[in-house]
Order: sequence, then C-alpha cells, then structure tokens
Amino acid sequence: MATVELKNVRKTYPGGFEAVKGVSIDIADGALCVLVGPSGCGKSTLLRMIAGLETITAGDISIDGKVVNAIGPAERDIAMVFQNYALYPHMKVYDNMAYGLRNRGMARDEIDRRVNETAKILELSSLLQRRPRELSGGQRQRVAMGRAIVRSPKVFLFDEPLSNLDAKLRGQMRVEIKNLQRSLGVTSVYVTHDQLEAMTLADKLVVMNAGMVEQVGAPLDVYEKPASTFVASFIGAPPMNLLPVTANGTGLAFADGSAVAGNGFAGGKAAQIGFRPEDVVVGQGDGGLLLDFQTIAVEPVGAESFLHGNAAGSPVIMRVSGRASARPGDSIPISVPEAKLHAFDAAGKRIEPSHT
Amino acid sequence: MIGQSRSRTVVAHLVMIVGILIVAFPIYYTFVASTLTLREILRPPLPLLPGGEFFHNYYAALFGGIGRIGGVGVDRLLINSTIMALGIAVGKIAISILSAYAIVFFRFPLRMFFFWTIFITLMLPVEVRILPTYKVMVDLNLIDTYTGLILPLIASATATLLFRQFFMTIPAELLEAARVDGAGPWRFFKDILLPLSRTNIAALFVILFIYGWTQYLWPLLVTNSNDMNTIVIGLRKMISFADADTEWHLVMVTCMLAILPPVLVVVLMQRWFVRGLVETEK
Repeated sequence: MATVELKNVRKTYPGGFEAVKGVSIDIADGALCVLVGPSGCGKSTLLRMIAGLETITAGDISIDGKVVNAIGPAERDIAMVFQNYALYPHMKVYDNMAYGLRNRGMARDEIDRRVNETAKILELSSLLQRRPRELSGGQRQRVAMGRAIVRSPKVFLFDEPLSNLDAKLRGQMRVEIKNLQRSLGVTSVYVTHDQLEAMTLADKLVVMNAGMVEQVGAPLDVYEKPASTFVASFIGAPPMNLLPVTANGTGLAFADGSAVAGNGFAGGKAAQIGFRPEDVVVGQGDGGLLLDFQTIAVEPVGAESFLHGNAAGSPVIMRVSGRASARPGDSIPISVPEAKLHAFDAAGKRIEPSHT
Repeated sequence: MIGQSRSRTVVAHLVMIVGILIVAFPIYYTFVASTLTLREILRPPLPLLPGGEFFHNYYAALFGGIGRIGGVGVDRLLINSTIMALGIAVGKIAISILSAYAIVFFRFPLRMFFFWTIFITLMLPVEVRILPTYKVMVDLNLIDTYTGLILPLIASATATLLFRQFFMTIPAELLEAARVDGAGPWRFFKDILLPLSRTNIAALFVILFIYGWTQYLWPLLVTNSNDMNTIVIGLRKMISFADADTEWHLVMVTCMLAILPPVLVVVLMQRWFVRGLVETEK
C-alpha cells in the first residue's frame, strides 16, 4: 500500500485568499486519517490537493515516498468518493465502476472479474444493470465506494461521503466504511465536518481551523487532551464547557467574581477553565472544582439527559445518565474532579495542569 | 362534479380543435389544390374536398416536371435541400458544442473575449453581412457549391450559448471524477458530455434542420445554376408573374413535397424529445 506525507503544504488562491496555511501531516500505511473542521477551514481544499484536483502553492505532497506535486490525478493512483457521489448519470452501475479501469486499458475479463468481486463485497451484484437515478441514496453511495474500491488504488480519498444520507443510514455506512477500510487495508484520507464521524472512524484525527492544523492525534487523545479551546469546543457533543477566569491575586476568579474553588491551576496563566458535560458530578463529590448550577432547561434524550444552565456567570451544560429530576429554576451544587479539568491560556492554547 | 369536468373537457377540446383548424387548414388547402387540375384551381371558388388528379399531378411533378424548373427534377431539388439542411444542422451542432466545451471547461487566455465575440454575432443576422459574405464566397470560388451553401450559415452563436448554459449545469465533481478515473479531455467529452447532451442535440437538430431547409435569401444569391437550387428556390422559380403561366397544381404538389422532410424530421425526432424529457438525468 502506501504512506501519504504532507510537508508544509500551502494553498493560496489567485485572489490572495490563503485556504491552507502550511500543513504537515504524516499518514502511516493503511491508516485512516480524518480531517475534521468547520466549513471553510481548508480541509476539502487539502483533500483535493492530495487528489491532484487543486494545484499546490507551496510545500510537498508525497504518496508512497514519491513527491506527486506535478502529477495529475489519474497518475497518482488515488480514488476519490465525492460528496454528491458524482456518478455518471448515463452509465449503468457496472459501467460506472468499470470506466476507470477501461481508461487504464485493462483487459475486459479482468475488469469483469474486479467489478463483480467489488459488487459482491458491497452487495451491489443485483444492481449492476441499473442506472444511478434508479438507486436510493444509500445505494448510490455504495456505487461511489465501489468505483473507488474496484481500482484498488494506493490511497482512498473521501470528501464528506455520508453528508447526503439520513441519520440512520449514515450510522450504518460509517461502520461499513470503517470495516471495509480495515479489511482492504488501504491508506485513506477522510474529510468531514461531523465530529462524531471523525471520532468513530479515525486512526488519526486532524482537527483543522482557518487553514491550519489545530491538533493531530488519536481520537481519544484529542478528546481527552484538546490542544486548544477550538478543539475542545469542536470535538464532543455537547461541546466542552469553557468558563473564562481571571487572576485575582491569590488565585483565579470566575466572570461573576467568585473565586475558583479547587486550585489545581492557581498561579497558572489560565484564562479559561473547561470541563466536559459528562465529567460533572452532582453534589460535592471528591472536591475539585465546586460550582452552583442554575438550571434553565432540561433535555431528556432517553438514556441520558442534558441540563442547560448557568454556573459562575457562564453557560454550562451537564450530562446526567437516565432521567434528570431537576426542573428549570432549580439550583444544584455540582463539582468537577480535578483530573477532569482543562485549562487554556489567553491565546486559547492548552495548559498542562500543575497537578500532573 | 362529473358534469363540470366533462364540460371542461369539451371546452378544452373545442379550443384545441379550433387551434388545429387554424394551423392546419392552409396546409390542407394546399393539399386539396395539389389534387386538382389547373383549371379547377383558377376557377373560383376552390373546392374544399380533394379532387381526382392526385396520382396524375404527383407523377407529373416528380417525373415529368423537367423543364418547368429549368430542366431540373424535383428529386434533385429535394436532395440539394437535404444536403444543405443536414450540413447546416450537423455543422452547427459540431462547431457549437466544441466551442461551448472549450469555453466552459478550459481556462485559456482571452476566454471571455472569445465568448463575447461569439455572443455579439448573435446580433448580426445573415442578411446584414450578406454582401461581404457573398464577396468572400466569390473569391473562394464557392458559388454553386454545397460548401458555399452551407459554410456561411454554419457558425451559430445561439447553439453555442445553449450548450454553454447546459454545460454549466453539469456538476464540477463529474469532471473531477472523470479526471480521477483517468479520462482526458477528449474522453470526458466523448464518454460523458456527449451522451449527457443528446437530448439537447436532438432538439437543436430539429430546429436547425428546419432553419436550413427554409433558407431563402442565401441559396438564392449563392446558386446560379439550376441544378444547385434548393426546393425553396425551385418553388419560387416555378411561379411566374403572369398567373396564367403558372402551373399552380404542380406548385402545390411541390409545396407538399417540400413540407414532407421537415415534418418527417420532427416526427422521428419527437420520440427522442419525449424520452429525453421523461429521463431527466443529471
């Protein structure tokens, strides 16, 4: 298979807009790397640069150790799954999958063998003679995947492939893509704006913002140790609670003036303290950060409930398992264990807590 | 309810039938006239029902009409018209689809300049540039040739514009998918763009074929010898100024023959239209 390396890759559009501002990523052979970020963060541009559909302003992109900057998309040996699938509307499913192989001058019986094999893997065998418009969204998605798989390329590129599917199908296809990628062992780059997709699919998670990489790491590492307030609020749903704090001589104080009880960050340069909704403990707990939570709304979602409210002058969301007994207007004492607290400096960068 | 919808149907059909009568009556009358003798035509009133001279008149026009149009048979005129109309339709489509392809899918210097140059020619009808065009044709020795008949009418801003608008609705991802699939510009055009454009091509073909078939001024200018005349010019030449000299029954037969090919084209291509409309694929 192949590795993919990006070295200080930049993209500046003719108008002067810098879409990608120096990105370096190494993707190991057979790994699934997910680029995640809000729209306009440059993740799709980056993917299209790897594909060869966009020129590279500066830096190097290498596939399998070979710099491919000047090579066209067809010669890079990559396959791409597009957001709207981009199936050829006038061709049957079979021809859609065979087209790329035919263009490469592959023998007819080899094409036939490969298409049928791929169709079997994707359960498309009975649909080979249909045209794309006769297929459901999920089936079209499979054909788009099949068109990529049939080529057995060095790298798969996925450009938000699930965003046109309904929620249930999306969950299904997510698992399928993961399994398929594992069993084929093809190095993949996957672009999405959905943090759940990113968390569940990635071997390597790259969080991007405004053309730059905010953090690279294994999904759970990124979740547990977000490198910045941006990552903290982008990864995880509901997002991490971030409470602004200021130094008040002896320690830190919240926006409403109350002192930060639990002083793991005393003396630090913390400008914001963060904690995940699920790390909140009702009651005094084992100490750590102590807060008074004013309930505003309760969202029961079945297995768990989200409580929206205010604490220390900032909006806070907490998660309780099962049904919440609290009602809007209730005041609840809450605490967050010290080990679950995150601190960020004035620039939004993570500060490793002093208790570690 | 039933009564209401029935009266609605009746009204709808009434309007439709009146419309058909208005459109079809002149053609029917031409047909009636083509089955009468010259004397019957010249003596008013013209009967409303076909006469008994159908076979005689059509035989005379098809096989005995030589001499009437300068020694050229109707078949020759029909062939000339067909070649010209086909040449114009096919040529226009080929040129305009290629220029639209270039304008939409390629980035080259002065791209928009070329587009606007083509666009501006929309505002110049053939008649405006007829003198210089004639001069060019004379200099190139193209008078009385099929090339001379076809070439000046072959570039079409309208068709280019139409294809351009259609190409712009094709999602960029389709082009990118094709590039990833290893299709070069020519393959993309042949394998993807052309099949997707086929309903547009069919529609344009019908319109342009009829446009070419009904050309009058240009064939009149560029053909001198009788055996290069088109059917429309031939018709004109059959009518002399003195009413009595004109063999109206044969003129009417020739009219019917002149209508036939465009009608055939429409009828045959109609199936494509309908399929294209049902199959809205993109």
